[in-house]
Amino acid sequence: MIADTLSGGFADAPTKSARAFRAILEAMARPGTIHTVTAAQPPAPLSVAAGVVLLTLCDGTTPLHLAGTADRAEVRDWVAFHTGAPLVAPEEAAFALGRWEALAPVSCFRIGQPDYPDRSATLIVEMDRLTNHGPALTGPGIETATWLNLPETAAFRANRALFPLGFDTIFTCGDRIAALPRSTRVEAV
Amino acid sequence: MYVAVKGGERAIDNAHQWLAEERRGDLSIPELTIPQIREQMKLAVNRVMAEGSLYDPDLAALAIKQARGDLIEAVFLIRAYRTTLPRFALSNPVDTGTMAVDRRISATFKDLPGGQVLGPTFDYTHRLLDFALMAEGEAPSGTPPTPINPLERGAPLVPHVTGFLDRDGLIETEPATDTTPPDLTREPLELPADRALRLQAITRGDEGFILSLAYSTQRGYGRTHAFVGELRIGRVAVEVDIPELGFAVEIGEVELTECETVNQFKGSRTEPPQFTRGYGLVFGQSERKAIAMSLVDRSLRWNELGEDFTGAPAQDAEFVLYHCDNIQATGFLEHIKLPHYVDFQAELELVRGLRAEAQAQREAAE
Amino acid sequence: MTISRETQAYNFAYLDEQTKRMIRRAILKGLAVPGYQVPFASREMPMPYGWGTGGVQVTAACLMPEDRLKVIDQGADDTTNAVSIRKFFARTAGVATTERTGEATVIQTRHRIPETPLTKGQILVYQVPIPEPLRFLEPRETETRKMHELEEYGLMHVKLYEDIARHGQIATSYAYPVKVEGRYVMDPSPIPKFDNPKLGQSPAIQLFGAGREQRIFALPPFTDVVSLDFDDYPFAATKAPHDCDLCGARQSYLDEVITDDRGGRMFVCSDTDFCAGRQAEGKVGRLGVGQAEGAK
Repeated sequence: MIADTLSGGFADAPTKSARAFRAILEAMARPGTIHTVTAAQPPAPLSVAAGVVLLTLCDGTTPLHLAGTADRAEVRDWVAFHTGAPLVAPEEAAFALGRWEALAPVSCFRIGQPDYPDRSATLIVEMDRLTNHGPALTGPGIETATWLNLPETAAFRANRALFPLGFDTIFTCGDRIAALPRSTRVEAV
Repeated sequence: MYVAVKGGERAIDNAHQWLAEERRGDLSIPELTIPQIREQMKLAVNRVMAEGSLYDPDLAALAIKQARGDLIEAVFLIRAYRTTLPRFALSNPVDTGTMAVDRRISATFKDLPGGQVLGPTFDYTHRLLDFALMAEGEAPSGTPPTPINPLERGAPLVPHVTGFLDRDGLIETEPATDTTPPDLTREPLELPADRALRLQAITRGDEGFILSLAYSTQRGYGRTHAFVGELRIGRVAVEVDIPELGFAVEIGEVELTECETVNQFKGSRTEPPQFTRGYGLVFGQSERKAIAMSLVDRSLRWNELGEDFTGAPAQDAEFVLYHCDNIQATGFLEHIKLPHYVDFQAELELVRGLRAEAQAQREAAE
Repeated sequence: MTISRETQAYNFAYLDEQTKRMIRRAILKGLAVPGYQVPFASREMPMPYGWGTGGVQVTAACLMPEDRLKVIDQGADDTTNAVSIRKFFARTAGVATTERTGEATVIQTRHRIPETPLTKGQILVYQVPIPEPLRFLEPRETETRKMHELEEYGLMHVKLYEDIARHGQIATSYAYPVKVEGRYVMDPSPIPKFDNPKLGQSPAIQLFGAGREQRIFALPPFTDVVSLDFDDYPFAATKAPHDCDLCGARQSYLDEVITDDRGGRMFVCSDTDFCAGRQAEGKVGRLGVGQAEGAK
């Protein structure tokens, strides 16, 4: 148990996190595009990608909400040891991690303030599949249109309607990530 | 034939080499040592520690040596070093009431418990150049008196002056709080800033800027009618809680200057007539800075005390906080030395265009 | 490259990991809200504020060991501050450097967008002195923040219109304000307005760092960026009405060089890599020397 908690972080954090961030940066800058990340081994049920995102972006200054099956002792211990992120309720979270159903209702996450829209949550959503088939996405970062298998569209369309407020989303599946910032327009299906 | 200016890299290397030579100066003169600067340029060291926000006399002395005595440059070296340091712990708030005082004066009471202790001050020196100091190898004169440490058995207690006024309800109460203050060096400055954040900014702010702001309040730009209730200089223990041990451990001492002003206050829409406070706390013996800080602090408190904003610079938190940091200020000021060919070219074309148009209009009118 | 003992004391790309995480989070929020200035706890850097500390921090947070870094100041790779920043990253991150726009993965710039079109996979990092486009109309941060919140940009249009009333045209030639995705008015840093059209619909990621002012903002690729103007006074990207005297380029931004004290002058590309590339292809301007000839 202890060994699992202590292992699975970045060996040589500065360069591993640098590469991981570039993948996350590309994903957020180009919504819907899928990128591969490596170098984290978080405990089950977290995906490698979810572990990478936590290690790259979270620390003692970022309140984290673990939802559903992600909220278990092994994960809590791993998060505490490797990031130090305080675990909190959805309303206080800077980051939230879990499957889409577990994160619902997403309306409880922070969407920022009108004068500080950046003070909003980033959701890390664990997916079973990640493919470029699904509702069409348009907006900043997308040349014409792209497609992504979103878990639903209504919540993301409602989130877009709040712009410049809203949460931002990173999808994780195995060792792959994609992102959907609040600025992306999602096709109604 | 025009050849584009090349060789920036070599020019920089040469400039650095020349700078190193200039720093050393005449080789027949012995080189300054860090202990010499630390011991004999102590007030410069204090200023660099205060504005650099790093308590380390040796590093401050090194920075002064490296910066050829340019104190703002030295502060910059310390800041750039400090920002790379990992944080091991947060100390408990220091208790200035237990300070081992070298100097403690009150301008509001002739005598008081703990007494008036002049300490090592320029105050009553005649500012006459002492040519004896030019002669080398001067002997130290006498042994300095030992500081008053209230923690030692039998030492006289040195209570805070504002405590006397507080007991009689004559001065606003400033209740102790366990709220962790925001950290200016870890979070972007956000306005409106609370008092803890303002004090943090001012204590590392430029001494000259804070001094002039304080002076402006005395001359009527945001007047606060300040008395120096107390000024104390001395060493206090720094303690850190060790969770594994369950108690705090003293990790060292720092020298501080603390100033509390007592300000006349006739009452406002929201507050009854009573004295109010201004507060200054600075690393090292830095009393000009501490007094100035407490005047500026008091002036910035107009809003919470229900006073009017008169438009005075020292009342304007945004103005004070955004402009008091000399490292930000000097960087931005000096950056105009950098090339601006591109922008200037754009302006040049604009002015040429405007002139041509004006000329054409004049000719058309004729 | 050998890393000296002095640089070993510092982390990869100088900044500590916690600082990089903080900057990285700010960059992601900036990308999610294009044109909005995200506050970040800017650190003291070993170069002065106003000399590119914001850009340097953003670059440090983005760099990975495989990157190839280009640094330009006024379009040129060989100006002293560009040289100094390039050396800093070569030392602290050990990354490869280049002067070729096409070969770079990360480009840090002061005051220019390279002439060579940027591509996917490139990041352009701008050094920003004053990130707030409304600052010279309203000095107070508390006020300008409210103006952005309420999309109250009337004051900016009034200022531009006053220019037209007085000068017959908009008298802003650099740091020309733009509107991003129809929402935030943004200062593109003091690039000449000639460069403004390259801000929008770029395949590259554009990140803006203002160190002293503690702000980061961003333009994702393919973002709508519109230079503010009026129907009857449309925006025009202007430059000196000359060709480059060295390479003959007609559509590149030019520096004016005084060649003697009798009014002699010449115009050369401000983008030194672009100009050198054209000369290497044998393109020659009025005063240029053909590559073959120059080699003799």
